[in-house]
Amino acid sequence: MTAVGNEKGKLWGLLAEFASPQDLVRAAARVRDAGYTKWDAHTPFPVHGLDGAMGIRTTRLPFFVLAAGVVGTASGLLMQWWMNAIDYPLIISGKPFNSLPADIPVTFELTVLLASLTAFIGMLVLNALPRFHHPLFRNVAFRRATTDAFFLAIEATDPRFDLERTEQLLVLEHATRVFPVEG
Amino acid sequence: MGVATIDRVSRDNTSTDPTVRAPLILPGNDYASITEKVCRIVEAPKPPKAWYVAFGVAASLTGVLGAMVLYLITTGVGVWGLNKPVSWGFDITNFVFWVGIGHAGTLISAILYLFRQKWRTGINRFAEAMTIFAVICALLFPGIHVGRIWLEYWIAPLPNQMNMWPNFRSPLLWDFFAVGTYFTVSLCFWYMGMIPDIATLRDRATTNVRQIAYGIAALGWNGSNRHWHRYERAYLLLAGLATPLVLSVHSIVSFDFATSMLPGWHATIFPPYFVAGAIFGGFAMVLLLAVPCRSWFGLKDVITPRHLENMCKILLATGMMVGYAYAIEFFISWYSGNPAEGFVFINRAFGPYAWAYWTMVFCNVVTPQVFWSRRARSNPLVIFAVAACVNVGMWFERFVIIVTTLSRDFLPSSWNSYSPTWVEGLTLAGSFGLFFTLFLLFLRFLPMVAMAEVKAIMPLPHDPVRR
Repeated sequence: MTAVGNEKGKLWGLLAEFASPQDLVRAAARVRDAGYTKWDAHTPFPVHGLDGAMGIRTTRLPFFVLAAGVVGTASGLLMQWWMNAIDYPLIISGKPFNSLPADIPVTFELTVLLASLTAFIGMLVLNALPRFHHPLFRNVAFRRATTDAFFLAIEATDPRFDLERTEQLLVLEHATRVFPVEG
Repeated sequence: MGVATIDRVSRDNTSTDPTVRAPLILPGNDYASITEKVCRIVEAPKPPKAWYVAFGVAASLTGVLGAMVLYLITTGVGVWGLNKPVSWGFDITNFVFWVGIGHAGTLISAILYLFRQKWRTGINRFAEAMTIFAVICALLFPGIHVGRIWLEYWIAPLPNQMNMWPNFRSPLLWDFFAVGTYFTVSLCFWYMGMIPDIATLRDRATTNVRQIAYGIAALGWNGSNRHWHRYERAYLLLAGLATPLVLSVHSIVSFDFATSMLPGWHATIFPPYFVAGAIFGGFAMVLLLAVPCRSWFGLKDVITPRHLENMCKILLATGMMVGYAYAIEFFISWYSGNPAEGFVFINRAFGPYAWAYWTMVFCNVVTPQVFWSRRARSNPLVIFAVAACVNVGMWFERFVIIVTTLSRDFLPSSWNSYSPTWVEGLTLAGSFGLFFTLFLLFLRFLPMVAMAEVKAIMPLPHDPVRR
């Protein structure tokens, strides 16, 4: 497992480092326009404009969160109605068994609880995390991706991938270094 | 960009000159230096001596807390000074105090995020940590004050041998759902925000233990932009959900009082009054923690004078909201024409607990007024002193609300007075021990500044012109 790939290992893809976020955004737009599909950018923080340059489609996460919120509201209302008005009617200061206004706080909290847990867990699931191994982690230079380095990685399984041409594209786009990465 | 502009970027970022944009992070920093400054706190082989001293004191107090709780559970709530009709004393005072502290963390992490207040990135991480630890302290008190704690599961809507369900019309049950949800959501928000920074610590790890521990906690984060896209969306959604949540939590805490019939509690102003008070008290705690931390851990470039100044302004504003609520309570008690209401408020200000009332007014309404002065807002010692005062005042506010009302309700024949026992005193001290123990462990092992978020608001590096 060397930092630089060797010919014996199976090639996972190419990793290119860029000097600045601006360079990365321009390179990403080029790679997108060249028709690559299995590639990604790796940055220490979310870079403005990179989503568009990569052509990332907006995530479906908000719909899952909305659905979870609706489930929370419905289950909160149903639970309180069934428990306090049907299964064990409680007489409290002459109020109706099904007293909706008193059910609102718990309903609201359950809505927020389910929606929030879905936002958090849904983000991880859609991102396929946790994933403790990734070929890129073999590259020592890649460790700075969480500090101050800006990377673009193209996978060898991409139909348009060609070791020489892809490398040339990245170099032309001002990549400061290009590393082959073993799978 | 003219030369003049460059000259005027000084290290004092509290300038009010509208022609100069004050830097959010002091000049002379880049991405690497931010990582270095934050990570070296956690990576240093040994923490500063002050950390050991503070940890020793805090951990001992936590031990005292454990002993007091054990004594309470094995003996009964009679070890506290509660009586009839004062059945809530230090226990619920401490609960409301601690849960209020937490609110500032959520305000900074969620509400200021929605309002695009970029300066929040310097302080949001440790303010969120403060929220988590304060809510842990808060949850302890309703947990132990019920007496027979082994029957606590009765509060949850679980099938039980009595075939009974909890009463959902009770605000105490709403409280259980509100604080429980608040804790869970705050924990998700805090942990999610930390994932990229824990990945930084993993990538810088020099030992196997650190690499594995941080590696597991980072969940394999690799900075992928496809991940960042969903992450940012999830962060926005969580901020949007946490904002009404935090307002609901202290509103529901206030319902514990406001939905009762007791004079002094039965007031419609309680929900907004409690929320403002919670944010006020919470910001005081953030300042109390930020002022020493930024100088002990060399973070003055990230937690800048401007951060302190902004927080002082929030303290001043929320302090006056609280002062307004105090005044309006008096006005309404007179305007309602209800003699019981009128008596309770006269009794608050001039009765046996007048000393507590005037301590509260002095600490919460008078002391923050020094922040009208810019010099006071930029003097860390003054800030620390006022923040300490406000914490004392906000604790007394809850004490005054709870004890003055309970000890003097409608029927003079049932009046009684309340004084805490040594067990209650040590339990309160112990809860501070628990809070600071957790906070000191956080400072030692986790990144106390949200590095990825700070980097995202820094000016981009110079763009090389390409053709």
